Amino acid sequence: MSVSKKIVTDFVANGIEFVTTVPCKQLGGVIDAVEKEPSIYHIPSNKEDEGMGLCAGAFMGGKRPAIIMQNTAIGVTINTLVTLTQFYRMPLPMLISYRGELKEPVACQVEMAVHTKALLNQLNIPTYHFHKPGDEQELDAILKYTFMCNKPVAILTDATFWGGY
Amino acid sequence: MIRSEIIRDIAPILRDQLVVCNIGLPSQELHLIDDQASTFYMLGTMGLSSSIGLGVALAQQKTVISIDGDGSVLTNLGTLPTIANNVADNFILLIIDNGSYGSTGDQPTYAGKKTSLTAVARACGCENVIECKAEDTGDVLQSAIDNKIMTVIVSKCESGNIKVPVITKDPVVIRDRFMTEVARLNE
Repeated sequence: MSVSKKIVTDFVANGIEFVTTVPCKQLGGVIDAVEKEPSIYHIPSNKEDEGMGLCAGAFMGGKRPAIIMQNTAIGVTINTLVTLTQFYRMPLPMLISYRGELKEPVACQVEMAVHTKALLNQLNIPTYHFHKPGDEQELDAILKYTFMCNKPVAILTDATFWGGY
Repeated sequence: MIRSEIIRDIAPILRDQLVVCNIGLPSQELHLIDDQASTFYMLGTMGLSSSIGLGVALAQQKTVISIDGDGSVLTNLGTLPTIANNVADNFILLIIDNGSYGSTGDQPTYAGKKTSLTAVARACGCENVIECKAEDTGDVLQSAIDNKIMTVIVSKCESGNIKVPVITKDPVVIRDRFMTEVARLNE
């Protein structure tokens, strides 16, 4: 099973039925797999804070949500994460491409990469980092943890994990 | 008419529906006029009323009304294409358009100048967009509820505010009672 398929299988096994995405080249495969999964309503959003609003609504409407986005989105969504997701205590798994790490070809991506973990740490967001092939084995437990504690949880996935660009 | 008068007018219609209410004065006014467990009050996060409401509508069957403002829609304009392309016939977006940022001191918005949110919503692909006068809001809202077709309402009103207390309810309480109502209405 491909990594992308395994991720979506774990989503489904954990009752996730509503997924919003803002694309990243590195996440193309998993976004395709989400789109193909009939039990998931895939709703692309134009900006990640909008997507977090959609996810908050879906959660309150009775469906487990997830967001798939790039780490640059952390810069876009801090207000939403603290005043909506955290303030109202809502669960939100965030599958994030960790651009700007080893094997990154685009220098500008590094500028956000150096702040990514610091910002997540400052926001008290539980953060997991998939760096090596096989690290995705932990996803099932991370999703269970997210819906147990009603918090946004970050899963950073870097280029080494995905096998380059 | 100003926004608080519209909210007072439509409160009896809102009472039986799931409502997501915009940050600041709109939530404070609705909370003061007719607090209902079926209303989700936004205490922060300007711009996301329509996104939250659409999420609720897509996740369950009952009608959801997002009360938004022109300034807040301008903050999150990307919401209109998302709404247009993810049709939920149980979703109504009510934009109370007073051409100003009411909660921050009535600074003018571009919607009060050259920009028509009605035209923007249509250009984004929203198929059922109704612009109305403030005093017609109740009638237009009631028919949107009855028609069960996704509708964007742009209610044009005057700028102006009344004095209202801030909402001191705990956010988790607001969320929990709203979710309890969602579950009850979907039984």
